Amino acid sequence: MNAVPFWVEAIVAVLLVMSGILVLASSIGCVRLPTFFQRMHPSALAYTLGNWVTCLAAAVYFSALARAPMLHPLLIPILLSVTVPVTTVLLARVSLHRARLAGVEGTPPALWTLRADAGEPATAADDGASDRAGGSG
Amino acid sequence: MSPLLSGAIAFALGCYAIASVLVLYRLLRGPRAQDRVLAIDLLYFHALLVMLVIGIDHGSDAYFEMALLIALFGFVSTAAMAKFILRGEVIE
Repeated sequence: MNAVPFWVEAIVAVLLVMSGILVLASSIGCVRLPTFFQRMHPSALAYTLGNWVTCLAAAVYFSALARAPMLHPLLIPILLSVTVPVTTVLLARVSLHRARLAGVEGTPPALWTLRADAGEPATAADDGASDRAGGSG
Repeated sequence: MSPLLSGAIAFALGCYAIASVLVLYRLLRGPRAQDRVLAIDLLYFHALLVMLVIGIDHGSDAYFEMALLIALFGFVSTAAMAKFILRGEVIE
């Protein structure tokens, strides 16, 4: 095994310390913030910057170890940049839908109720048919 | 491996451990189902990071595949749970 130069180890150490601090900050926010929609924000901190920093550290370290560019750890942030918005949008829709069902004050109404007020026929494909159960109309 | 890098690895793993305990508190406390789903997603993500950092510690490439698999399974399980809460079924 090749020896890794010290300055590479220093770079990797700085990146790892950064990722630890970012992940810790995001989970503290996940515990302390009061509402669900606010709690969705700090997790994005870990999913984007924390993830990039850790995978960059792995890529730098393995490149120095093999003395050749090893960029495969960067596949993980690319994969997560596709999947995380999907789960975020799904969870936001879940929370909105359940708030409508529970009749929470200040919840925005479903789009199909606005269109029905304007005299247009509402279709089930507009905003999800299940939103119908919790509409304000 | 220099003491600087092994210290940084220990620091990062400790941070992930504390963060996982905090997220576990959110998982057990709730208060609603979507909070628990978000907490499980974050726990998957912390496991992914732990795999990557342990891979750096051992100087082995094999941990990368595990991290990729954990990322894939985390996405599938979170999407399935969110769909189940939203519609009552996973596949309609």
